Amino acid sequence: MSEELIGKERYKPGVLSYKKMGYWDSDYVPKDTDILALFRITPQPGVDHEEVAAAVAGESSTATWTVVWTDRLTACELYRAKAYRSELVPNTGPGTKNEAQYFAYIAYDMDLFEPGSIANLTASIIGNVFGFKALKALRLEDMRLPVAYLKTFQGPATGCVVERERLDKFGRPLLGATTKPKLGLSGRNYGRVVYEGLKGGLDFMKDDENINSQPFMHWRDRYLYCMEAVNKASAATGEVKGHYLNVTAGTMEEMYERAEFAKSLGSIIIMIDLVIGYTAIQSIAKWSRKNDMILHLHRAGNSTYSRQKNHGMSFRVICKWMRMAGVDHIHAGTVVGKLEGDPLMIKGFYDTLLTTHTPQSLEHGIFFDQDWASMNKVIPVASGGIHAGQMHQLLYYLGEDVILQFGGGTIGHPMGIQAGAVANRVALETMVLARNEGRDYMREGPEILQAAAKWCTPLKQALDTWGDITFNYESTDTADFVPTTTASA
Amino acid sequence: MMTNLGNRITQGQFSFLPPLTDEQISAQIKYALKNGWAIGIEYTDDPHPRNTYWEMFGNPMFDLKDPAGILLEINDCRKTYPNHYIRVTAFNSTRGVESPAMSFIVNRPKKEPGFSVLRQEKEGRSIRYTIHSYATDKPESERY
Repeated sequence: MSEELIGKERYKPGVLSYKKMGYWDSDYVPKDTDILALFRITPQPGVDHEEVAAAVAGESSTATWTVVWTDRLTACELYRAKAYRSELVPNTGPGTKNEAQYFAYIAYDMDLFEPGSIANLTASIIGNVFGFKALKALRLEDMRLPVAYLKTFQGPATGCVVERERLDKFGRPLLGATTKPKLGLSGRNYGRVVYEGLKGGLDFMKDDENINSQPFMHWRDRYLYCMEAVNKASAATGEVKGHYLNVTAGTMEEMYERAEFAKSLGSIIIMIDLVIGYTAIQSIAKWSRKNDMILHLHRAGNSTYSRQKNHGMSFRVICKWMRMAGVDHIHAGTVVGKLEGDPLMIKGFYDTLLTTHTPQSLEHGIFFDQDWASMNKVIPVASGGIHAGQMHQLLYYLGEDVILQFGGGTIGHPMGIQAGAVANRVALETMVLARNEGRDYMREGPEILQAAAKWCTPLKQALDTWGDITFNYESTDTADFVPTTTASA
Repeated sequence: MMTNLGNRITQGQFSFLPPLTDEQISAQIKYALKNGWAIGIEYTDDPHPRNTYWEMFGNPMFDLKDPAGILLEINDCRKTYPNHYIRVTAFNSTRGVESPAMSFIVNRPKKEPGFSVLRQEKEGRSIRYTIHSYATDKPESERY
């Protein structure tokens, strides 16, 4: 139902509630072409949750704080976002330990947004509205992007399928490592780490998010030495290899210069950080498509706004935006490593990046069916505190379209970097073989690894060093819905 | 002779493991068939990492669903080309993939000469790299 006033009453100068202004309509049936957003709202005490939902709809679309007659010059009905549903979040409100939160569903007409611009979309959806006083806290949980709108975005420059074809690597997770220490190595020493890791058996080595062009190593030096390492390792193994050259810099011009240099040296992949911003990401994704380059994205900065459950935004929305913006890789959690990650939530992120159609799945935090309109797939990257001894769990939770990045777990190997890489590759191939053979590899994982360690000394040493290391902390970003089993009739 | 662990090229899913037995190969074929993928057999005497098109030992076997029959084909290829690289590829035709889903080597030459890196010095400190298959120094029919 709508409480919208109509005609002259609606436009009397003064202040009206957002519901009365027409931003709430519980009878509204979203159109296939609408952009839908789900917000988690924590209203200020005493404020009606439907009014707050209407306020969010208003402030993220056409409203201002007071009535303006100039609305009447426009097709304002169409441009007003409509909050059409608001419901109490499970396990919050009276009778629980948590203050009341509401899931508010809001529909936006597609014409509110410029085609092909993440910046324009976000300026509305996560713009001013997040500072709105009637709200105690606000979190963007999920979005449904209509097919017609998705088609205005390029999507991943290369995509999972074509990346595998270019690399000639199929049927197993890809392996990588971040060069460590992340800061301080000279170009020459840095390239040594890259060479050893790649020759030992990794597919990729990687710059860290904050390695750009510092006094100890300027970017050109790093690129030159890394490409020597990549080519030498490629010859030593007969495989296509790569090093993610981070082109993040202070200006777009500088980033293009670095990307061009990487291309001129024959690099197959470059890298950017999330902190460069949505427009810069879309620009470099276009450049990457045009220049046959794979584009890796490090999600530096995301936890500032994605980790706490009551305010900010869910990482699954970042995944959606980044797939549209056009990156080929994105760090999306490990489940078992050192960084935040509930297994169910991470399943939701991975499905968002990799499926052609992501069905609604409340237990994975997916609130809407999402048809991806043939948009390329992004490969999730699992990085941070993972090691060979967890290979069965990594394969089980993360599947095969993933890049497993063992930084410390390669470079910290007691017998050296090559041995560390060998250990990871042997563990990986052993586990994929066992999975395909139909073995219960999740349960038998440790035995499968020990059996391989009998003929592979580097793997034995890796298991002896890190076998028992786990990071068991409770996640902060978890599902609100748990699956219940229904008795069949 | 190559100097990496195992002294061999490491393309494919299982190059870091000891050579697969016929029984292990059959298990992988079963996995591919269970997923509805078609198996193709390819061979080459030039394993350059960017030599995409190995010779096909017949078309992918879209209609052969019997693992024993496919193993027979693999062994036939091995008998015909005992000193070539032979790989087994599984093709997934599902929308959104339509690309290989598996690829692993099942035969290698006795000696794998590997590759050299050729460096062409350019302006500044830039170098243009070429990876060269030693095997291709000889004509096609005389390698290995």
